[in-house]
Amino acid sequence: MMRLLNLAIRNLYRHRRRTALTALLVMTGVLAVLAFTSVSTAFKSAMVGSITDSMLGHMQVHRKGYLASIENLPLHLQIQPKAMQELEAALDSTPEIVAWSPRVKLGGMYSDFQETTSVRVNGVLPEREMATCTELVDRIQEGDKAPLERGQIWLPDLLARGMKVGVGDTGVVVATNLDGAVNGMTFEVAAILESVTGPGGRDAYVHLEDARELLRMEAPEVSEVAVRVERFDRLGTAQDKLAAALSGITNQKGDPALELHDWKKLSPFSNVVRSIDLITLFMQAVLIAVVLVSVLNVMLMAVYERMREIGTMAAIGTRPRMIVGIFLMEGLCLGVLGAAVGIAASFLVVWIMRMVGVSTSFGRKAELVLDPSIAAGDVLTVAVVVIAAAVLASLQPALKAARMDPIEALRHV
Amino acid sequence: MTLIQADSVTKSYRVGEVSVPAIRGVSFRVEAGSLAAFIGPSGSGKTTLLNMVGCLDRPDGGTLQVLDTDLSELSRLARAEFRGDHLGFIFQDFNLLPVLTAYENVEYPLVVVKPVPPAERRERVMSVLESVGIAEHAGKYPDQLSGGQKQRIAVARALVTRPRLVLADEPTANLDSATARSIIELMREMRDRYETTFVFSTHDTRIVDAVEVIFELADGAIAQTRRQGAAA
Repeated sequence: MMRLLNLAIRNLYRHRRRTALTALLVMTGVLAVLAFTSVSTAFKSAMVGSITDSMLGHMQVHRKGYLASIENLPLHLQIQPKAMQELEAALDSTPEIVAWSPRVKLGGMYSDFQETTSVRVNGVLPEREMATCTELVDRIQEGDKAPLERGQIWLPDLLARGMKVGVGDTGVVVATNLDGAVNGMTFEVAAILESVTGPGGRDAYVHLEDARELLRMEAPEVSEVAVRVERFDRLGTAQDKLAAALSGITNQKGDPALELHDWKKLSPFSNVVRSIDLITLFMQAVLIAVVLVSVLNVMLMAVYERMREIGTMAAIGTRPRMIVGIFLMEGLCLGVLGAAVGIAASFLVVWIMRMVGVSTSFGRKAELVLDPSIAAGDVLTVAVVVIAAAVLASLQPALKAARMDPIEALRHV
Repeated sequence: MTLIQADSVTKSYRVGEVSVPAIRGVSFRVEAGSLAAFIGPSGSGKTTLLNMVGCLDRPDGGTLQVLDTDLSELSRLARAEFRGDHLGFIFQDFNLLPVLTAYENVEYPLVVVKPVPPAERRERVMSVLESVGIAEHAGKYPDQLSGGQKQRIAVARALVTRPRLVLADEPTANLDSATARSIIELMREMRDRYETTFVFSTHDTRIVDAVEVIFELADGAIAQTRRQGAAA
């Protein structure tokens, strides 16, 4: 094997310029894939982090049918106290879950006594909400970052700007409860929140008890429970465990009373993530094509140029499989060289990007600073794909060489 | 002992739709340890015959036995193995592998074709390199060697596996007279030392003078067989 490797390296070194050009081509493909993957992954994690940490939570629990309801924020599909008690027990007994926050959601009208506009309101327990959506306070553009108190409201900046409302102003939220009765409550604006892309990104926040009072709830019902897990990369494990626990919480008919959704089901950004993943896949396909074509071309040329050598090797008794091995080893070396140089170049480019700083904007999220990095899994995948493609591309020329008639090969000039 | 036994061997080639006979019912024998040569004008069939003896080509008819093996029975892989196990080849253009040094070219058959342990391999390669008088050039690449030196390396490569039979196709055609003479002398010495049979295909009268058996071919048939007891 070492002899084959030695022979392959010498044969590649013999045509240094051609080998370098092929390796450069493969390197460019590897660099394109890894650099794109690192930036797109950084973009995805920044966006997903922004969405989940500032408003959505990693998962949400609703009463069955709440999300599918034709009604927006249906008040008749609240989680009832008994189910909530069982849900609390399930949440607290799942070790992967570090925080959860009950919410009462409602649609209403906000009036500053001069103008009125529609608003979606989240009634939350401030400490729990901040522990679940850790970046919520970072969205506060104006006002105190202290937890919400009863009688206070955080307004989204779009609404505040539109109505020219500032911190310290008062306004009224008017809402219709489940029975169709209209109720209103006065709130003091405690903070102005930056609006973010996605559902709930332009909601106002009040204290949970205020929301219940506004809706004249007789029992402590909950619209949804936002959940935060300890490790986002193990969200699936936590989701499976919680889903199993929730399956035991049933309604009077014995059917599951609650349903669990992760952020992908709750945010349209998951479609953007899927599109980015598709583009990455497409780029990997292009990379494979580049490697196949360039290595196949070089190896065919090598076989054609070395016909007399192949004839000599065959004549002196080299077995066909050994001739196949010689050319496959050359393809393997080309793949390894291209992949190694490409991976090194990718690390260099990503390091430069981190030094320079890369930022982008998405929706209303301006100056989204990215933190590109190359994951070991991506490096491994690209290296395996490139090397396998290089060996595959060498197979046909190698077989051609091994099947060559020694007499014809020896006659070749 | 008979090393090569050919009986009524025929071989034709197709040129378009026409079958052109290259060898027409040739019969001959070569004894072990002899120096033999196929001679004749271009197109007489000497290289075709050498290729068939060398297991590179198959006869269409008749029987051709080398070392008691009927070559027409062998598969492609078995022929490759037979060549590696029993035959050595010397070519007109030397055909050394350019990326290998002289030492490595000689070592190649012992690594790839007929593997032997490293210590024995080194001993055998150095021994045969010394035998052909080229040991001091062992580290040089083919493009650093003269034609005569390259052919000595080729002879060493052919002999390193200790084959019973070495086939040499016009081995002196690309060499000057003095070098050609030294190569012929070298092959005689190697025959004497290793008891290897050498069969040549050649135009070179110096080789013709040196061999013991001459098969003179004309139009694909042996026109004359000559034996020279005291070859020069």
